[in-house]
Amino acid sequence: MRVSARKTALVGAAALALALSACGGDDDGGDDGAASGDGGGSVTVRGCNPENPLVPVNTNETCGGDVLDQLFSKLVRYDPETAEPSNEIAESIESEDNVTWTITLNDGWTFHDGTPITAQSFVDAWNYGAYGPNGNLNSYFFEPIVGYTEVAGQVDDAGAYIEGSATAETMSGLQVVDDLTFTATLVSPQSSFPLRLGYTAYAPMPEAFFADPEAFGEAPIGSGPFQFESWEPNVEIRLSAYEDYPGERQPSIDEVTFRIYENFDAAYNDLQADQLDIMQELPTSALAGDTYQNDLGDRWNDRAVGVYQSMTFAPEAVDPSLANPTLRQAISMAIDRDTIVEQIFSGTREPATGWVSPVVAGYEAGACGEYCEFNPDRAQELLDEAGGYTGTLTLSYNADADHQGWVDAVCNSISQTLGIECVGQGVVDFATFRSQINAREMTGIFRTGWQMDYPSAENFLVPLYSTGASSNDGDYSNPEFDAAVQEAATLQDEEAQAKYNEAEAMLAADMPAVPLWHNRVVAGWSTNVENVQITPFGTIDMLGVTTTS
Amino acid sequence: MGRYVIRRLLQMVPVVIGTTFLIFTLVWSLPGDPFAAKCGDRPCPPAYIERMTNEYNLDDPLFIQYAKYMANILTGDFGQTFSGVDIADELISRYPTTAQLALIAIGVEVLIGITAGVLAALRRGGFVDNLVLVSTLIVVSIPVFVIGLLAQITFGVQLGWFPVTSDGTFYSLLLPGFVLGSLSLAFVARLMRTNLVENLRADYVRTATAKGMPRKRVIGVHALRNSLIPVITFIGADFGALLGGAIVTEGIFNVPGVGNMIFRGINQHEGATVTAAVTVLVLVFLLVNLLVDLLYAVLDPRIRYD
Repeated sequence: MRVSARKTALVGAAALALALSACGGDDDGGDDGAASGDGGGSVTVRGCNPENPLVPVNTNETCGGDVLDQLFSKLVRYDPETAEPSNEIAESIESEDNVTWTITLNDGWTFHDGTPITAQSFVDAWNYGAYGPNGNLNSYFFEPIVGYTEVAGQVDDAGAYIEGSATAETMSGLQVVDDLTFTATLVSPQSSFPLRLGYTAYAPMPEAFFADPEAFGEAPIGSGPFQFESWEPNVEIRLSAYEDYPGERQPSIDEVTFRIYENFDAAYNDLQADQLDIMQELPTSALAGDTYQNDLGDRWNDRAVGVYQSMTFAPEAVDPSLANPTLRQAISMAIDRDTIVEQIFSGTREPATGWVSPVVAGYEAGACGEYCEFNPDRAQELLDEAGGYTGTLTLSYNADADHQGWVDAVCNSISQTLGIECVGQGVVDFATFRSQINAREMTGIFRTGWQMDYPSAENFLVPLYSTGASSNDGDYSNPEFDAAVQEAATLQDEEAQAKYNEAEAMLAADMPAVPLWHNRVVAGWSTNVENVQITPFGTIDMLGVTTTS
Repeated sequence: MGRYVIRRLLQMVPVVIGTTFLIFTLVWSLPGDPFAAKCGDRPCPPAYIERMTNEYNLDDPLFIQYAKYMANILTGDFGQTFSGVDIADELISRYPTTAQLALIAIGVEVLIGITAGVLAALRRGGFVDNLVLVSTLIVVSIPVFVIGLLAQITFGVQLGWFPVTSDGTFYSLLLPGFVLGSLSLAFVARLMRTNLVENLRADYVRTATAKGMPRKRVIGVHALRNSLIPVITFIGADFGALLGGAIVTEGIFNVPGVGNMIFRGINQHEGATVTAAVTVLVLVFLLVNLLVDLLYAVLDPRIRYD
């Protein structure tokens, strides 16, 4: 009897537990807005335990990423309001042909141990990141650079790295010219190359890192506005403002402490009691029925962030019954996105009208056309045109996170509109869920999510829908689409954006994945702080935060 | 006595080996690839998987993996978590917190539970008795996370008497300790009451009273000591369970203890972490059990070990 009492409690806890699933890559904060008065003082932020040692090129989840964002400045910094990139450590990033880029650094930047930041710091860091035997999680970010394949080595059919297949330790495309200049040669023209250089993976590394990467992972020496003080595993990570930070905007606070919480609700209760200052994301329980607005008064803020949710159809080879594009369009039209967003997500999502997030420059609404609008009659017509559907439609999701509600709602929407039987299928946890997808064992439809690495339409299209791409879970292949994104990569600004929009619109004809919604984040803060701003990456702009006392 | 203790200690060896092997096997046979979820919605770079596989001997057959792992443990090397933290360090930093929490919970159980049980038994059918019966019934029937959240909101957020979440200091552990102890407190009180009521009707109590012994001595020395045996058994087992880290309570109050560590280890398929934590746990459990058995002899002179 006693045991069973414990057991029920456990089950309850498991239901309460928030399983965080990072969605491909983490994020990168930026700052550039208006800093205000000199607050000084220290601020606590809700953190979680980093899954890996604190090394930028080996961190791909938000727990470690949030901390590394504050510790490292990169060549480029993103605007906290618009995500527009602007040069930070770089003085200029220039190219005649979008293939060979010349990168010149500003003089006077130092790492937190006082050593200067030189061209070599970047070249060595990038080579280390790409080198196969180092086994870094973010190694693929260096793929566009000439010589990557020799450095990264080969994989066998099973996808395992072949011992000794890396034939070089440095990429031939990276050349140091002098202390403050280096060149990067790309495999193919990429006009958006400078745009991605603000991502964590491209951070410079001090010499101390290469001497002892393991020690560095426990006490990183960064290049950004805050320096590392201490890390007590599972309790807190302390950072302090770096005095010699030469950036345009200086932090007004002296100290940031990431307090590590295993669950969001505990953190939220601390926030209400003023024992925690900032939460960049509120728990579901606080969002339900907008209770946070009563709890926090006007101490909250929300904005759209570059996270996109979709549902992807299993590849034709795995599940031929869903291969017909007309049937896919019918399914997409049968989903009442507006009602689901309002009722299930309390408005913390925006119904999607395309595959690219609204936060990127050059975003155009409506790429999906009528197919992402709820229209029961037209959906039924399309279904008839496609010759109907027999059998049961399954919509799979990972049951360790909060997905069951919307999955059931989407399924109900489809069932009621089209008369197809649709069931949500929970897979025990994210690991199992992803391994079934990666092994191409999952049939029917499954949920997919994407979090942007850098603010570009390219990042929402190429990794997900170009032939053979790393996250193309539906094995979608469309030569026209591939040609369009390749061409877009060679163009500049508006021209490139127009070409990406064109490519995005092509997806509507085949519907490799049904766009569902884009995330909004609600952040909250205590009475001790002001000027808390959320970036399009969903992080907090720590350079803008001030204290009230 | 000494021979008995040595025999019991020797019996622990096969138990520890068996349990750890079971746990190890179970964690590694969880469905899903531990690296499938490490990289979000994209497959991990092959070089990364290769590196981790070599580091954790994931290529070997399970039995070899286990043997290598146990050989390392015997040399004091508990391995590392996937995030590169030494498991031994993490255990050392978390166990004191969990032990403190468990001790506070046991303290609450012993003090309040036994007192309430004794009072209820002495005034059987009276007001105190009914109060204890009803209130323990309520506590037993409410899930611990409800009690935990209620206590947190009431005493932490609204009244501000206690910190809302714990940072591992003694004061911040009081509230979670109380919540953790509350469920067992109810069991202890009821167990104490029932046993004492039964023993008060026993022949030796009537004899002692007839001999003119003062009531205080009859109850305190004779009846109470005998009635404590089942209560001690329960508390001993409970202490072992509490040292396993009360996952729910630790989660609610964000206590950096072993429960959270085990929960995370299971979630992230870290066999090494779970096995290490459980190995220590099994040892503690066995030792506490031995201690309880030895306490019987102290409480009841008729029990002898040789």
